[in-house]
Amino acid sequence: MKPMKPLFAALALTTALVLPGLAFAKPVTLTVTMNNYGGRGAYLAVYVTDPAGAYAGSLWMAGGKAKYYRHLSDWARFTGSDPAQVDGITGASVGSGQTLTLDMDLADALFDAGYTLHIDAAVEDMRDSPNEVSVPLTAAGAGQAVTGGRYIADFTYGF
Amino acid sequence: MLRSLHRWPGLLAAVLLIVIALSGAALSVFPALDRLTQPSVIAGQSVADLAAVVQAAHPAVEQIRRAPSGRITAYWFDGDTPGAAVIDPQTGAELGSADARAVEGWLKSLHRALLLEDAGRLTVAVAAAVMLLMAVSGAMLVARRMGGWRHWFAPQRRGVSGRWHTLLARVGVAGLLVSSITGLFMVAATFSLTPDDAANPAFPNAVSGLAPLPAQELPALQAIPVADLRDLTFPVADDPTDAFAVTTATGSGYVDPGNGALLVWADNGPWQTAWEWAYLLHTGNGAALWGLILGLMVLTVPALAVTGALIWWRAWQSRPRLAGMVAADKAQTVILVASEGGTTWGFATTLAQALQTAGQSVHLAPLSSLSPERYRSANRVIMMAATWGDGDAPSSAKAALARLRAAKVPNGMELAILGFGDSSFPVYCGYALTLQDAARAKGWAMPLPLGKIDRQSAQDFARWGRDLGAHLGLDLSLNHQPQAPQTQALTLITRRDYASPEAPVAILRFAVPKTGLWARLKGQGFASFAPGDLLGILPEGSTLPRLYSLASGKKDGFVEIAVRQHVGGLCSNQLLSLPIGGQINAFLRANPGFQPDRSVAPLILIGAGTGIGPLAGFVRAEGSRRPVHLWFGARSAETDLLYAEELTAWQKDGRLDHLTCAFSRSTAPRRHVQDALRDDAEALRALVTHGARIMVCGGREMAQGVQAALADILAPLGLSPRSLKAEGRYAEDSY
Repeated sequence: MKPMKPLFAALALTTALVLPGLAFAKPVTLTVTMNNYGGRGAYLAVYVTDPAGAYAGSLWMAGGKAKYYRHLSDWARFTGSDPAQVDGITGASVGSGQTLTLDMDLADALFDAGYTLHIDAAVEDMRDSPNEVSVPLTAAGAGQAVTGGRYIADFTYGF
Repeated sequence: MLRSLHRWPGLLAAVLLIVIALSGAALSVFPALDRLTQPSVIAGQSVADLAAVVQAAHPAVEQIRRAPSGRITAYWFDGDTPGAAVIDPQTGAELGSADARAVEGWLKSLHRALLLEDAGRLTVAVAAAVMLLMAVSGAMLVARRMGGWRHWFAPQRRGVSGRWHTLLARVGVAGLLVSSITGLFMVAATFSLTPDDAANPAFPNAVSGLAPLPAQELPALQAIPVADLRDLTFPVADDPTDAFAVTTATGSGYVDPGNGALLVWADNGPWQTAWEWAYLLHTGNGAALWGLILGLMVLTVPALAVTGALIWWRAWQSRPRLAGMVAADKAQTVILVASEGGTTWGFATTLAQALQTAGQSVHLAPLSSLSPERYRSANRVIMMAATWGDGDAPSSAKAALARLRAAKVPNGMELAILGFGDSSFPVYCGYALTLQDAARAKGWAMPLPLGKIDRQSAQDFARWGRDLGAHLGLDLSLNHQPQAPQTQALTLITRRDYASPEAPVAILRFAVPKTGLWARLKGQGFASFAPGDLLGILPEGSTLPRLYSLASGKKDGFVEIAVRQHVGGLCSNQLLSLPIGGQINAFLRANPGFQPDRSVAPLILIGAGTGIGPLAGFVRAEGSRRPVHLWFGARSAETDLLYAEELTAWQKDGRLDHLTCAFSRSTAPRRHVQDALRDDAEALRALVTHGARIMVCGGREMAQGVQAALADILAPLGLSPRSLKAEGRYAEDSY
């Protein structure tokens, strides 16, 4: 899968977090490798929760039809399935065995501050798989692959 | 307009629609398959019971889904390994893989997106819109053709063009409407063009935090029957703040795992409810039998596409192609055609060629181009007008009437109108009559009475041609074959000869020729025929077929005609000298206007000479189910009493209730069949009072004599052959 460059990816994060941080943002590459799960393209919601476990903002939505967002059940619970949360940071669903690469600028303040990155996954006619990936954002964690669950083989973020 | 709307999008989208319809029909089988293979709903089982059953088998269960088709799937983890299976709600046992059937998945992708993504979905949506357009315009065309919506399921006449297309459409159109409307609705929802008001309750603010109870003890889950369940997601095992998420056909909510309280609930909005119905109606998931019925109805699409394309192709083929045609302002005769299916053009071309042969210059054009002031050299205009349904104008000629009303008719220009229609309709040749009224209002001279052609009758047309020829002082012989007949060789198997001195007669019986599968499917050729239908025989050395009324039907297992030898008659001479085993070239022409109706009312059959042929066939076929009375005229009992043996036998076995023979050349009493009718006037009146139907077959003079006799006989009842004909109780086949 081609790397994509969402122009204002970080803007989708809640303003309180992102605005002061924007000046101190760094380019980050997220890589999601899918299992050969053998179904149609997977919908993936990539989002961040704060140290208290509350929703902080979305980074990416793979999958264009808002009707299906409710199957990304944790994300949907946090956001009320609100498609506005992923306005402008939405791409195609990710097929079985494919790799999704995302380049984005993330606020420095997100790292080593108790924030956690989550990925929910769902595939038509297959199980919903919330929170497949749940990884604390730390400088030390960069470049270390984290294994997924049903659909995601592994996930890596790097600078 | 309606026709173009039906034709062009249909032809363009045909291949696409066939793919979508076939895949849809194939998909319709799966809900039925599920219905047969899945355990049925357990009466009284609640979601709490189901959750407990599944949890016993798979302690780490995360989610239970129940498809509208009834299939229950559970998802769990064994350590880090995700597991899933279709399960038995009774035992929790695994029944099979949770993965969607590969074939079904492939068909689904093909059906809704042509194996593509959004571009495919949109293409399919356009095709569905075309199908909706076709179904609506097609239904309107059928209603128009049948003479109104009330007659939607009225039987169609045999031999009508597009008969199969109409037949299939009448059966399938309901399914096509449902499929296309629900399909379009679902595409609209997929692209978020309709509001998404599916229940979406916010996660509750507080959960009790109590230690989880066993699933079967949770009151909120006990209150939901399994039949209503769509999805049950279990709380994360070690998270005391999590709750059960439950979704049913009507809404969704959260249930506290500690005390089983319904923490929050929201109902689906009307759009989601509509979507659920659209899904059920479109896929048959949850209504398997309906799904199969819909699948069958949708299977008409390929057949409709093919028969529709054939109708268009035939109309295209029968466009006018007239060699030696002159421009409109140079022609002595201008022939204007208002055709619906294109067949009228064939008649017009035959007329034009006959006029050309007689030395006339001719221009042939559609009636919609009418402009008499342009026809500077014309002595006459001939309008040939088909009628659509119950007296409407053919769609190609909708504007013609307005042009006629606005036209300036030059002095000395004559007009003749020939109407084409179906006499079984209440308004016969209605459009031609409308044209005649409009022309009369213009003061246009019409020296000939309006001609009428019943169901493309070549005989009617030839007769009208003779009248026109007589008026013009030309010898016009109009031998029109609506479609070049495909002949087959018939082999003579038996013959019975009647050596009538001046004019020998024979009853010839041929073997039924073999028909191919395609012909049988189309009902063409000798695949189906009945007494009263016409056998066209192409004698050697001639391209002009002669028509004989059939005395037998397909059920009889042979093809039988009665033939009288005419002096110098090419065909009759060849037939009368045909040896057993000899062959002639023949084709079949349906004659729906001369068939007994399906009632059990008495049948009065009147005929003379070889006219006995079809009447004998009717006795053979109908005699056992209704009273039949036959008046038969022959020259003498010794020479040409055709079917004498059978008539006696049928009287004995009860198929023929009453037989009167009239002999015109025997010793006294000499009488014609019409004289015999007058002698039996009382009996005839009694029969007609009891609803009898009259069928007359024989020479034209005899037929006229019979009509006159019956007019006198029926007058005391206030009836006449004409009034009976209007009721469909008097049919005549004369030659």
